[in-house]
Amino acid sequence: MIGLSRRQVLAGSAGALAIATFGAAPAQAANNAQDLIKAFTGGKSATEAKVKLDLPEIAENGNTVPMTVTVESPMTEASHVTEVLVLADGNPNAGVATFHFSPASGVAEANTRIRLATTQNIIAIAKMNDGSFVTASKQVKVTIGGCGG
Amino acid sequence: MATAVKPRIKLDKKEAKKGDIVEVKALVAHIMETGQRKDAQGNTIPRKIIKKFVCTVAGKQVFAADFEPAVSANPYIQFKFKAAESGPVVLTWTDDDGSTIVGEETIKVT
Repeated sequence: MIGLSRRQVLAGSAGALAIATFGAAPAQAANNAQDLIKAFTGGKSATEAKVKLDLPEIAENGNTVPMTVTVESPMTEASHVTEVLVLADGNPNAGVATFHFSPASGVAEANTRIRLATTQNIIAIAKMNDGSFVTASKQVKVTIGGCGG
Repeated sequence: MATAVKPRIKLDKKEAKKGDIVEVKALVAHIMETGQRKDAQGNTIPRKIIKKFVCTVAGKQVFAADFEPAVSANPYIQFKFKAAESGPVVLTWTDDDGSTIVGEETIKVT
């Protein structure tokens, strides 16, 4: 197996990431969230509906915050959710995760655990198969930040 | 391949009727290093992230996710799929370096 060589490859690929952006005032929503939204929707506006974000009001540990995103949809061939983009507007990088659904998913719901650097808004935008977008956002208060800064 | 890592996968039912919704919970041990932390010497710790997760049932993709560094270490993922046909439920996690972690369960659809 290639277990060892994988480590060597990783050690060699460090350079490009040396310019870390951490330390840039994380309290302000000055990251790339808006750019990512624009890239995802192609400039279209998203209506605030159908998306449910389930996150704790207060997260004591920002290293692992449970997050559930659910989009109301019949999930049929005619009408289903194709993608859901989740963003955090106060993290060094806004991107959190993108979930891909299809009619075979049955339900547009996903749960994972995320890192939050500070108190901020979580934004979810769902893309429907007809090209429309729906969105929701929720603020989470973070006691201890989760980006190891 | 990273054979040392064995993901933990749980289906809420092993047998389902056609059209039933099956819930999958999966946890994989992975550092999910963000590439933003520094070690004691001030060197940046290189990024190591699982960037892609895919689940197929009987060869058909039912769910996929792209992860960013904002996903916690030892990523946990929970999702659902609609039972359509019996077959293997294959979960694949792909690392930045292209290595994969694969886990498999079986679903019987009646």
